[in-house]
Amino acid sequence: MTFEEIRTILSGYTVGIAGAGGLGSNCAASLARVGVGKLIFADFDIVEESNLNRQYFFYDQIGMKKVEALSDNLLRINPSICLVPIDEKLTAESIAFNFGECDVIVEAFDEAEMKQMIIEAVGLYFPDKLLVSAMGLGGIGNMNEMKVNKFGNLWVCGDMNMEVGEGNPPIAPRVCVAANMQADAVVEYLIELKIRKLKDESVGLYKD
Amino acid sequence: MKIQLNNNPEEFVGLEKVTVTELLRLKNFTFKLLVVKINNKPIGRDQYDTSVIHDGDDVLVIHLISGG
Repeated sequence: MTFEEIRTILSGYTVGIAGAGGLGSNCAASLARVGVGKLIFADFDIVEESNLNRQYFFYDQIGMKKVEALSDNLLRINPSICLVPIDEKLTAESIAFNFGECDVIVEAFDEAEMKQMIIEAVGLYFPDKLLVSAMGLGGIGNMNEMKVNKFGNLWVCGDMNMEVGEGNPPIAPRVCVAANMQADAVVEYLIELKIRKLKDESVGLYKD
Repeated sequence: MKIQLNNNPEEFVGLEKVTVTELLRLKNFTFKLLVVKINNKPIGRDQYDTSVIHDGDDVLVIHLISGG
């Protein structure tokens, strides 16, 4: 498949991203580059200097709302992308309200409690939608442990072990690997979805 | 009882079924924040004692960790 064919397929899809920090901002940037049609993303936070060691923001954006700064960055990459930035802290209800039209959802939170919340919410409100999560991305090294673990409609990117903490800070290399594993998982899933849909339609064509 | 646990085959000799609570104890899963699914159906914490796992089930127990 050529890139043009990939981009044509992806331009028809909508991806939801919960969180615009280390995972979300980097995942969004890659998805913007490959031509996903629409991104719906949510974060309540502002850009701080300490974010710059891993998040897809720039020094001159310190103090800006993350969803606003990320929107600027994504449009600079891909001016034809459609963006829905949501400046709020997500809850189960707001996930149900905002992400209904998404073809796939990316979990890009930092707190374990929020990860649990969205996994349960998507399982409850959108059990047929794919949720791409990330867990285990702290520290340095152990790159070979970073994997894409597929559990039905829940895929988990990361080593599922290295919890972020004081001795294991989240920094660009591993965080960006996890974020791009998520982006690649989204692309893989959407391409497969399109191919399956085309096959189903062509079978219908020859039925008579 | 033979099941899939986190995509790996697991065998529990001498047991026909277990509750989620019993499984967590048997496997020493002591973490506070978990995601549990049986055959892709999410199981809430309040259902651990009453949700039963049978032979052939596809079970997911993920320890949630922070970072991102």
